Amino acid sequence: MSRRLVAVAVLLGLWTLAWAGAGQMEFILPPPWRVAAALWDNRELLAEHGAITLAEILLGLGCGAGLGVLAALSLALWRPAALWLWPLFVATQALPVFAIAPLLVLWLGYGMASKVAMAALIIFFPVASAFYDGLRRTDPDLLDLARTMNAPPLAVLRHLRVPAALPGLASGLKVGAAVAPIGAVVGEWVGSSAGLGFLMLHANARLQVPLMFAALFLLAAMAILLHAAIAAGLRRALPWVHDTLDQPHARD
Amino acid sequence: MPDSALIAAPPAVRVRGAHVRLGRATVFDDLAFSAEAGRFTGILGPSGVGKTTLLKLIAGLLPADGAFIGDERGNRLSGCIAWMAQKDLLLPWLTVAENVRLGARLRGEPGGRDKARALLAAVGLEGRADDRPDTLSGGQRQRVALARTLMEDRPVVLMDEPFSAVDPLTRIGLQDLAARMLAGRTVVFVTHDPLEALRLGHAVFVLSGAPATARPIPLPADAWPRAADAPGVLAAQAEILRALAS
Ligand SMILES: Nc1ncnc2c1ncn2[C@@H]1O[C@H](COP(=O)(O)OP(=O)(O)OP(=O)(O)O)[C@@H](O)[C@H]1O
Ligand SMILES: [Mg+2]
Repeated sequence: MSRRLVAVAVLLGLWTLAWAGAGQMEFILPPPWRVAAALWDNRELLAEHGAITLAEILLGLGCGAGLGVLAALSLALWRPAALWLWPLFVATQALPVFAIAPLLVLWLGYGMASKVAMAALIIFFPVASAFYDGLRRTDPDLLDLARTMNAPPLAVLRHLRVPAALPGLASGLKVGAAVAPIGAVVGEWVGSSAGLGFLMLHANARLQVPLMFAALFLLAAMAILLHAAIAAGLRRALPWVHDTLDQPHARD
Repeated sequence: MPDSALIAAPPAVRVRGAHVRLGRATVFDDLAFSAEAGRFTGILGPSGVGKTTLLKLIAGLLPADGAFIGDERGNRLSGCIAWMAQKDLLLPWLTVAENVRLGARLRGEPGGRDKARALLAAVGLEGRADDRPDTLSGGQRQRVALARTLMEDRPVVLMDEPFSAVDPLTRIGLQDLAARMLAGRTVVFVTHDPLEALRLGHAVFVLSGAPATARPIPLPADAWPRAADAPGVLAAQAEILRALAS
């Protein structure tokens, strides 16, 4: 905890130095206390737009992760899917999200749907790919053991391959949680009338730089909390997965 | 499905004309091996010679490639075999007792919980049934794997270095336990310990060479399981060491 406080203090110090060094120009880089004031003064506005962005992120995460899990399962279960669909999924990753965003807004409208789709789209791949990798990497000896036990394929999937792939799925979800805000905000930039991305564009256009920073701060805080919550939930759900970095080591 | 009739009259194991290539190595070229019905057959051999490969071949886990693998009447062995791998293969997300019941869980069969607990007690782990495997020592994990193998209740049992990770005293206890619980079944076990092979084996083979061949070791006729200090055991041990060295 104290480590984090030190990091925050150092960051604030550097920020203040940069502001002072850049000639104290508030419309380029406002000092931390101005941003704090903007956060407080605009708390209702920020909460309103923040709630919308948070909803987009959570819905996007739910849809993207759900589709990613389904895709990985069907790829693992059905060989033609692995041969034909997987390269397609990989190819979609080559398209920058910015290129798809206007299309999604065109198809799904200015409302939340296009942003949820956007977030789901970029969450889908890390989740599907991490889970699929995990499903393919089951210990072959374990599969052999299941064969000598006359286990039906679906039981092998359910009792061996899926649980063994859960740590992989967990890393996919953590990456997904980290990138989800990008999808939502990009969607809002392309066309929307609400959300933190919209608020930032708006504040930027009117040179309300402290408000822009306040929105940015809120977005980052949401992303960090989401990531931490998911990581904590996964630790509880997968108690047998050990983080070797967390273990105390004898140091000499 | 194994039934009590099969266990009362278990099949023998016959391997003829086995060819196995793994990577660039020819592990077996026209290998013949047999294990008699209802008897314990020990396999020794240097590391990497193909002992694990032979067990997997018998278990039907490798392509037979034209070889005959079956019983003395020419039937296949599928469904009759319990396999205890060289690794314990415990699932970290299940409790110890659930691991013992893995076969039933995979086949969707209910019940067997009391039997699983009884087997855990038999291998000296009654207090650990509800713990996770990652809280066990290497030797304790091996004992859980043994209990899981016994739980399957198959007429043919293949065990790959089943007691390699336990202390000598526990090992002797487990050997006696295995002898008691598996008596009357066809058991093929791999070990690096000549004395273990001699205590438990009705027959003992040494695998050697590349491609490997199986060579039988003449054994003293004693009560079974043999006592470590039985007459003839020492001579047989010397014979095994000679066969391993050649
Ligand atoms: N998956 C594999 N791919 C390529 N080569 C393999 C593979 N598995 C085993 N081998 C080779 O086959 C040979 C026999 O291996 P095997 O595991 O049967 O040895 P082993 O007698 O059980 O040895 P150990 O006593 O060390 O367990 C070895 O030379 C090994 O290198
Ligand atoms: Mg081996």
